[in-house]
Amino acid sequence: MSEASPSPWPSPRARGEGNAADNGASLLPAMAGRRWPAGRMRGRFKDQGRQAAAKRVQFASPFLPYLFLAPQLAIIFVFFYWPSVQAIQSSFYLEDPFGFGSTFVGLTNYADVLKSTEYFGIARFTAIFTALVTFFALAIGLLLAVKADGVIRGNAAYKTLLIWVYAIAPPVAGLIGMMFFNQHIGPLVEFARWFGWDIKVGLDYFDTAFAMIVVAVWKQIPYNFIFFLSGLQGIPVSVREAAAIDCRSELRRFWTIILPLLAPTAFFLLIINVTYALFDTFGIIDVMVKDKAANNPITLVYKVYMDGFRGNDLGGSSAQSVILMLIVLVLTVFQFRFIERRVHYN
Amino acid sequence: MAAIDIAGVSKIYTGGVEAVKSVSIDIADGEFIVLVGPSGCGKSTLLRMVAGLETISKGNVTIGTRLVNDVDPAERDIAMVFQNYALYPHMTVYENLAYGLRNRGTPKAEIDARVAEAARMLEIEPYLDRKPRALSGGQRQRVAMGRAIVRKPAAFLFDEPLSNLDAKLRVSMRGEIKRLQKRLGTTSLYVTHDQLEAMTLADRLVVLNGGRIEQIGRPLEVYHAPASTFVASFIGSPAMNLLKGVLEGGRLHLGTHAIDLDYPAPTRGPVTVGLRAEDLRPASAGEQALLFRVDYVEELGAQRLVHGAVEDQPLTVALPPETPLASELAIAIPMDRLHFFSAENGKRLQRRGETDRTAMAVPARPQAVNLESVS
Repeated sequence: MSEASPSPWPSPRARGEGNAADNGASLLPAMAGRRWPAGRMRGRFKDQGRQAAAKRVQFASPFLPYLFLAPQLAIIFVFFYWPSVQAIQSSFYLEDPFGFGSTFVGLTNYADVLKSTEYFGIARFTAIFTALVTFFALAIGLLLAVKADGVIRGNAAYKTLLIWVYAIAPPVAGLIGMMFFNQHIGPLVEFARWFGWDIKVGLDYFDTAFAMIVVAVWKQIPYNFIFFLSGLQGIPVSVREAAAIDCRSELRRFWTIILPLLAPTAFFLLIINVTYALFDTFGIIDVMVKDKAANNPITLVYKVYMDGFRGNDLGGSSAQSVILMLIVLVLTVFQFRFIERRVHYN
Repeated sequence: MAAIDIAGVSKIYTGGVEAVKSVSIDIADGEFIVLVGPSGCGKSTLLRMVAGLETISKGNVTIGTRLVNDVDPAERDIAMVFQNYALYPHMTVYENLAYGLRNRGTPKAEIDARVAEAARMLEIEPYLDRKPRALSGGQRQRVAMGRAIVRKPAAFLFDEPLSNLDAKLRVSMRGEIKRLQKRLGTTSLYVTHDQLEAMTLADRLVVLNGGRIEQIGRPLEVYHAPASTFVASFIGSPAMNLLKGVLEGGRLHLGTHAIDLDYPAPTRGPVTVGLRAEDLRPASAGEQALLFRVDYVEELGAQRLVHGAVEDQPLTVALPPETPLASELAIAIPMDRLHFFSAENGKRLQRRGETDRTAMAVPARPQAVNLESVS
């Protein structure tokens, strides 16, 4: 099976265990297609043998499979590899602000970025922001999913209500989120005022950072909730019951049985959430700082945009985006190497 | 080890569906009780109420001397074996066995000793470091058994543990469960829909139908003196033949046949007559007989099952393979093997002179029962 589906990710278990490569590879389509990881795994567990046979599809012409792959490959090349190559290329040039040509400057752009203390300040904020958003979005999503899963009466209505939030278009959700922190009508601002905290989003560094994190977390919770809930429902009832007989403490059961069995879902969501916090929060930051960051907190992605499109420094901005790409690459490799090792696929 | 007392237990679901209707079973210490019945008869629900996985709507469950109605499953001192094994997939076999003990604060050395003993007993020692997914169905079943054994609980609860195994493995595991239970002497409650499994394993059988107990008794009692037409048709393979008849003036009328009984009829009027296929044989000349029209034959090797009808009432006859067959056979009536059931409610009608074996259904010592039920 490991030969039939070579994992594009460096999976350390591929060498140790027979079917680990299959696990590593299966996560990727799950991410790309955003399918339910729990459902996929249940299906795989049941008819592993049949799938192995089904994988060896015979094509009449050797070109036919490439033809089927062509649209997907074209999309990847046009929207992913081409811009990446362009970014790498322009990071070695100094672009004329008015578009009258460019000069090759070697690694100067990188040197400038890495010498800038401002850049490291933003990088530090990005790290804190990503860690907090990922942690709280996952934790609250999991908590809600566990509680919703435990509801017996009227659970369908309860779950639907929680999932509904996810159906709201992201920009609308973002706007609603901003509304919470509106200086005049924001309920959260009102609420904080009772405790003597005068939240000034856009003026105070800490307040803006706080609002950004709250809105970013709030927006991501329904997504995590859906996945955790489906993951929880993928855990066989009899396993939970066996645990109930073996272990009295519900909390202990959660840590020793439920959470390890949720690990594949949690690992998938960890990657998705880190990516979300790094990139997809752009809109929220943009609405909060409204193009004029001043001394407000921003993340690395927003800095790329500001330098490139507001500051017209395409070379420097490209260098930053290449650095960002490398960070994400290192992060992903790290996640697959060190965290996936602790994940049990069943 | 402990006795289990189930007293007037009912399960009423929201919406008013009554899955278990006031069931009482007195289980002696060390006894092997099998709950058997068709799907939906409430046998699993009853077991789960004893386990604490379902709440008890009415009645009391006592394990040992302790009323356990409101006791947490983990505190009831029971161990359960599930149909689909319910092993923890992320733990090794060793960890699966040790999990329940660890949570109870058993010392490490004691856990090691008990796991080693159970593994030796079940011959799963080579697999202790494996994950369940690397085991076959039979091995998983052994691990599930091991998880129950290491706890040394007051009672084992089995919820159709052999249903997921193939036929051959099922027979050998059946023997193993029986052997283990006798060796450990642990009170056991076993749920199955397979009457053969029930017959072979049980010290006493509990036949359930529609949430009610139809009969409690030792396997042979239930087989030889079924308390109702339901039990008669459920226990034994092939199922007992049930024919509509009328008792009139000391004679049994089956359609146009009239048979003289050599004992007083238990009742008058319409009855259901039960005949075991293996109690029937071809009639010799001059004997009272039923005219049996043969439909088709199933060859089982040791015997052949002849299916047909007596005047449009279906009948199955088990004959030795050397018996010559014809399209019509004269079948002798085994007078002392006739079972009579009420035509109205299907209850057994006791013949005078027949020993009332159902009434003897007292919890017997397992050792004493063992000899009988092995046969």
